[in-house]
Amino acid sequence: MRLKEVAKKLELEVRSGAGRLEAEVRGGYASDLMSDVIANAEEGCLWVTLQTHVNIVAVAAMKELAGIILVNGREPQEETVAKGDEKNVPILVSRLPAFELIGRLHRLGIPGQGADAEGS
Amino acid sequence: MLKVHRMDLHIHTCLSPCGDNSMVPPAIIERALSAGLQGMAICDHNSAANVRAVREAGVEAGVEVIAGMEVTSAEEIHLLALFDAYFQVDTFADLVAAHLSGVNDPDLFGDQIVVDRHGDPVALEEALLIGAVDLEIGRIVEEIHRLNGLAIASHVDKQAFSLLSQLGFIPADLGLDGVELSRHAGRQEQYPLLGLPVVRCSDAHFPEEIGKADTAFVVEEATVAEIGLALAQKRGRRVA
Repeated sequence: MRLKEVAKKLELEVRSGAGRLEAEVRGGYASDLMSDVIANAEEGCLWVTLQTHVNIVAVAAMKELAGIILVNGREPQEETVAKGDEKNVPILVSRLPAFELIGRLHRLGIPGQGADAEGS
Repeated sequence: MLKVHRMDLHIHTCLSPCGDNSMVPPAIIERALSAGLQGMAICDHNSAANVRAVREAGVEAGVEVIAGMEVTSAEEIHLLALFDAYFQVDTFADLVAAHLSGVNDPDLFGDQIVVDRHGDPVALEEALLIGAVDLEIGRIVEEIHRLNGLAIASHVDKQAFSLLSQLGFIPADLGLDGVELSRHAGRQEQYPLLGLPVVRCSDAHFPEEIGKADTAFVVEEATVAEIGLALAQKRGRRVA
């Protein structure tokens, strides 16, 4: 599914990187530790987090993620939005808390990264 | 003799990816002098590779430069580690390097320039200094103390990378020597600091930010040992 459709279905508001909404979302990863995302997130994933610091953009760009969804109505800092536009990294915001948002992403058919791992 | 020393214990250099490339030893020392500081600590993210260069520049100008580092714990808490001797900071830096992973992308995170005392580039640091070490905060405080250093939690008032943002509270048994309030912080009574000693520092990333906040210590000299006594209010030393 394309990021644009995800945004429409889950009523996400786009804050940056509007030019990259045609990207295909390959999976999802949730974490509030940037070092964990650097170590473990895979290319093409949507990253669900409550972190609004400017460094989330660099992390997403480095890992070639499909985009970032901020939960619980959190808004990116001004500097974060500017960096997101500069690096063409989509940042979207949701009013939902993380658990509920991730549940809805799952229902749209977006698999959690590692869903095919042993034990699932 | 005890006297007031104004010190800014949290200054980045061009080694930190977020530190401006103009943060080289001559510019740092010049600004420290014009800000009226008697001492400072160089605390780059997860590296101490520019400490010697700034200290050498400081010696020439008569400004005390303390060897420090701002280490990022596994919980992504920023913590200042301050040492008197090079072998202490070097041992600590080796430990940090062994527990840090990843390679920096200068386009995304910024340049990481190792310089000499004149500010001339010597090398580019390749490690991902913006990253976190895989050691939890308590273990890092223990290692700092084992090396006779001081452990001060960075900018606890901030909404990112601080003890309060990452854990929500200050664990009473952490053994911190103090906490830092940023230059944007309000009155210290607003924060749940458990009565820990408070320092204020600039967390400067640009030369003009140096000395925007500082702490006045009543000590004999601008050393980590004396600062430790001041934070613990021992032998007449204190934070003014």
